[in-house]
Amino acid sequence: MQALTNRSKMVSNKKMTFMERIYLPAIFKGMAITLKHFFRKKVTINYPEQTREFSKVYRGKHVLKRDEEGRERCTACGLCAVACPAEAITMIAAERKPGEENLYREEKYAEVYEINMLRCIFCGDCEEACPKEAIFLTDRIVESEYERLPFIYGKNLLVEPLDPNLRIDISARQTESVLKFKQNKRFAHNK
Amino acid sequence: MDWTLYIYKTIFLVIIFLVTLVIAMYSTYGERKVAAFMQDRRGPNRAGLFGLLQPLADGVKMFMKEEIIPTTANKKLFILGPSIAMTTAMLTGVVIPWGGTLTIGGNEFSMQVADLNIGILYVFAMVSIGVYGIMIGGWASNNKYALLGSIRAASQMISYEIAMGMSIIALILTTGSLSLHDIVQQQHGMNWNIFYQPLGFLIFLICAFAETNRAPFDLPECETELIGGYHTEYSSMKLGFYLFAEYINMFVSSAVIATLYFGGYNMPFIDQLGLSPNLVTLLGSLFFFMKILFLIFLFMWIRWTLPRFRYDQLMNLGWKKLMPLAIFNIMATGAYYYFTVLT
Repeated sequence: MQALTNRSKMVSNKKMTFMERIYLPAIFKGMAITLKHFFRKKVTINYPEQTREFSKVYRGKHVLKRDEEGRERCTACGLCAVACPAEAITMIAAERKPGEENLYREEKYAEVYEINMLRCIFCGDCEEACPKEAIFLTDRIVESEYERLPFIYGKNLLVEPLDPNLRIDISARQTESVLKFKQNKRFAHNK
Repeated sequence: MDWTLYIYKTIFLVIIFLVTLVIAMYSTYGERKVAAFMQDRRGPNRAGLFGLLQPLADGVKMFMKEEIIPTTANKKLFILGPSIAMTTAMLTGVVIPWGGTLTIGGNEFSMQVADLNIGILYVFAMVSIGVYGIMIGGWASNNKYALLGSIRAASQMISYEIAMGMSIIALILTTGSLSLHDIVQQQHGMNWNIFYQPLGFLIFLICAFAETNRAPFDLPECETELIGGYHTEYSSMKLGFYLFAEYINMFVSSAVIATLYFGGYNMPFIDQLGLSPNLVTLLGSLFFFMKILFLIFLFMWIRWTLPRFRYDQLMNLGWKKLMPLAIFNIMATGAYYYFTVLT
């Protein structure tokens, strides 16, 4: 049989030699190994002070994007909720009233937009489904809670801040397919 | 014996008591750090600087925990068990010479609480009584795992005490005294007994591991087979006492090993430095504690290196390997003295 690694050793039932029987050399060998590990660099990351670097395409907490003028991009079409395999997204749509043009980009908007973070599996299907480039997954972490209710995130937690300096960078998630999709004339809604 | 001596002895006793407790307390911290470092982890580092307050936090936690005494347990003995374990562990430190003599205002103060002429036997007696703590606690719990743990502890202690005693006999043949003070005095300079009794040292060290119930001989509390061994039913500070007694035992047996085989408070080349006698004494004590700390580290180092013995292997090693070796050691030492020194 072919060996999987070249580290395998043949096992035999031969009688142990005297040196092997008194165990001490083997014990010293083992102690040398543990001592070597004693001075080795630790692999632990001190979590709250240090954080592990995420992969570039990490899928964490969602963000509902605003456009350049600070209007919410979401039009409450419900495609994300349909696409969601975990059925984590619910929304209630509302019509934009006159005078609210600076708040909502489209004529229809999501009055309530909730994601249940306990159901969400962070697959990213919602951002793929979104025709308005409104929802993206970011490299932020969903924080732990003591109860279940706070895990249902509403618009207050999902929509990004108005302040241009506090906008959430989603350039890492704007993959090639997203950019290609943007250039499609048929969906020229981003003009 | 005038009253200054009594006061001095009392104060010294309290100091030794406190030092033992503090070192045992920080051995728990050291144990966790050593374990962590040997497994490429960091160990406790949250409570205080480098986690140095961790033992205090553990102590507070132990005291705050709910105290459970099983209804089927023998209540008196259940309480007596950890008390015996703790008391006997603390008692052994009395005969160990922690340093030479200090001369203050014309009075000589020995850094040893009691210089018994049978010091080694006293240590043995205390260690042997220590096993009663485990046995009584295990039996009083009325739990089969606890009982199995205490049976194991008892048979292990008895088996290894024989080899241990025999390794000591060879040592006594060379020193000619049972007093720990005399034994240390004879090892002045670099005349450490380990150079004269290497085999005896090895046997004694292995037996010391077994006597303190430390890995690889920690069968009485073997988690994989016995849940918690003799302290399965214990909770709160009673459990704390059992665990703490183990660390005190470790400290005391390190001190005994350092006294018997590593020259106690003797430092090499101390005579050539030409320091004042008091300074020499203090330096000697410091050096003694360094030896003890190294031996404690050795205890931990071995614990985190070697896997636990199987029970039959343990008995095999104790009765069929160490005891004949110890007897051989006695014979060889005796023959050496008979043919060279005495003639």
